[in-house]
Amino acid sequence: MYTTELSATPTRIAAAEGVEDAARLAEFDARVAADDFIEPKDWMPEAYRRTLIRQISQHAHSEIVGMLPEGNWITRAPSLRRKAILMAKVQDEAGHGLYLYCAAETLGISRDEMTQALLAGKAKYSTIFNYPTLTWADMGTIGWLVDGAAIMNQVPLQRTSYGPYARAMVRVCKEESFHQRQGYEAVMALAAGTPEQKAMAQDALDRWWWPSLMMFGPPDDNSPNTAQSMRWRIKRETNDELRQKFVDVTVPQAEALGLTIPDPDLVWNEAKGGYDFGTPDWDEFYAVVRGEGPVAMERMEARRKAWDDGAWVRDAAMEHAAKQRSQRLAA
Amino acid sequence: MADALAAARFAQSLRLGDDALILGQRLGEWAGHAPTLEVDLALTNIGLDLIGQAQHFLGYAGELEGKGQDADGLAFRRDVYDFRNCLLVEQPNGDFARTIARQYLFSAWQLPLMQGLAASADRRIADVAEKAVKEIAYHVRFSGEWIVRLGDGTAESKRRMEAALAWCWRFVDELFESDPAEAMLVEAGEAVDRAALRPAWDAAVDAVLAEAGLARPTIGRGVTGGRAGRHSEHLGHILSEMQFLPRAYPDAVW
Repeated sequence: MYTTELSATPTRIAAAEGVEDAARLAEFDARVAADDFIEPKDWMPEAYRRTLIRQISQHAHSEIVGMLPEGNWITRAPSLRRKAILMAKVQDEAGHGLYLYCAAETLGISRDEMTQALLAGKAKYSTIFNYPTLTWADMGTIGWLVDGAAIMNQVPLQRTSYGPYARAMVRVCKEESFHQRQGYEAVMALAAGTPEQKAMAQDALDRWWWPSLMMFGPPDDNSPNTAQSMRWRIKRETNDELRQKFVDVTVPQAEALGLTIPDPDLVWNEAKGGYDFGTPDWDEFYAVVRGEGPVAMERMEARRKAWDDGAWVRDAAMEHAAKQRSQRLAA
Repeated sequence: MADALAAARFAQSLRLGDDALILGQRLGEWAGHAPTLEVDLALTNIGLDLIGQAQHFLGYAGELEGKGQDADGLAFRRDVYDFRNCLLVEQPNGDFARTIARQYLFSAWQLPLMQGLAASADRRIADVAEKAVKEIAYHVRFSGEWIVRLGDGTAESKRRMEAALAWCWRFVDELFESDPAEAMLVEAGEAVDRAALRPAWDAAVDAVLAEAGLARPTIGRGVTGGRAGRHSEHLGHILSEMQFLPRAYPDAVW
């Protein structure tokens, strides 16, 4: 579904560059500046490679952990149509995880290594998935806001400088847009429904609004990786620019639903042609990044349990494949 | 006679819809918890196919019943004794081997059933069955291949696969139970004689078990009752979870 810049400590991006071949670096910089795509076999600065591995694997992990908050409601979806939509969505997220792990693997890391980093708590995933899904309205609201924020972030990534990542984003964005509309439509049904349903929708908006704004990452003045990522065209717009776009697009959607954005400072600013809005609780954001989100422990426990409980299955598959190979060789 | 035929048609659609619904519900529990991402995708995919089948069969059942209930009405407003699914599909997921045993035994039965129904004189049933056959062929392949992998994998996977088959085998006989109402539909060319599916099912299952190096479990008397609304203790829990929202908010449209 989504990733953002989450590393708590700035990576020392420039450190290794002095020893790298200046000519190749100049050529690389020129290609990136000309919006050329970098491909797996091309030379790239080691820091560029590391940054991409971090970002793409975080993105992949986010898709996988993101299956849990929504998977939580599959058995309780209130109609067969909504159940089918939700299952299709969770299935797509697994698929997005697969594309992204493949894209990261082109940079020379294995899926197993990435999985181990996640399970060991060394790799991050989007902060948003550390919030609990308490009512059915959360399913529509996640589709609307969380997928909406993800799309806002991912559309520019379709032009990100690393070819395999950009191409993965093209496929992901197509599918995400579809689910985002379905999510909004589910909230529409609630907003136009009984008073209890409307209250459920408002409560979900109240709980997910600020966490959704935090999905764009820390404010620009505290975003250590942004400048280099933008020079490398890994990132195309800053966190605050994307956050502003998201607010400007989403506020009218909430109004159309007759729902209230839980921000007393939200006001249209004619001069800038956008909304002014309050400040997210950055202390909460950094706490969630540190792994202190409300259901962070539950999410990681579920992933570890799936991995540990499935070990005998993976072992069996490997053993069977080995037997098949040796049978073929003997034949 | 016309009434008896209508009742038999309703009973058939309900049975087909309930099987798909309850197994789809069980597979939905796996989302995010499977041994690999690929398996996660596959189980959700199969579950989604089954929920789609349930929508069609229950929708048709609602029309046949003529009481103004749509598929959701039938899925979310009936209690345990009105459900007509077989006992096999309501069994808990257990470990992966048990899920796979349940899936394979069911899908290997559902495939020839739907192949037969695709030629039903009842066009509505035939259309849904025809689409379902393509999906179920994939379910059979996926679950059959996993029976082989687990049976012919490690010592532990073999032990688990054997235990899983032994757990599920009690519920196999019920799949092939027939009743007079169905016999009437078979006569009219609208249904498949389920008892007649057994020899082909036995042969298909035996072939997979042989490839997996697994023995066919031996059990005594099969456990039955689902088709008459006499279920295991599990179904009530499935329904209380599945039906919570429509029960709590009876006036709501979602």
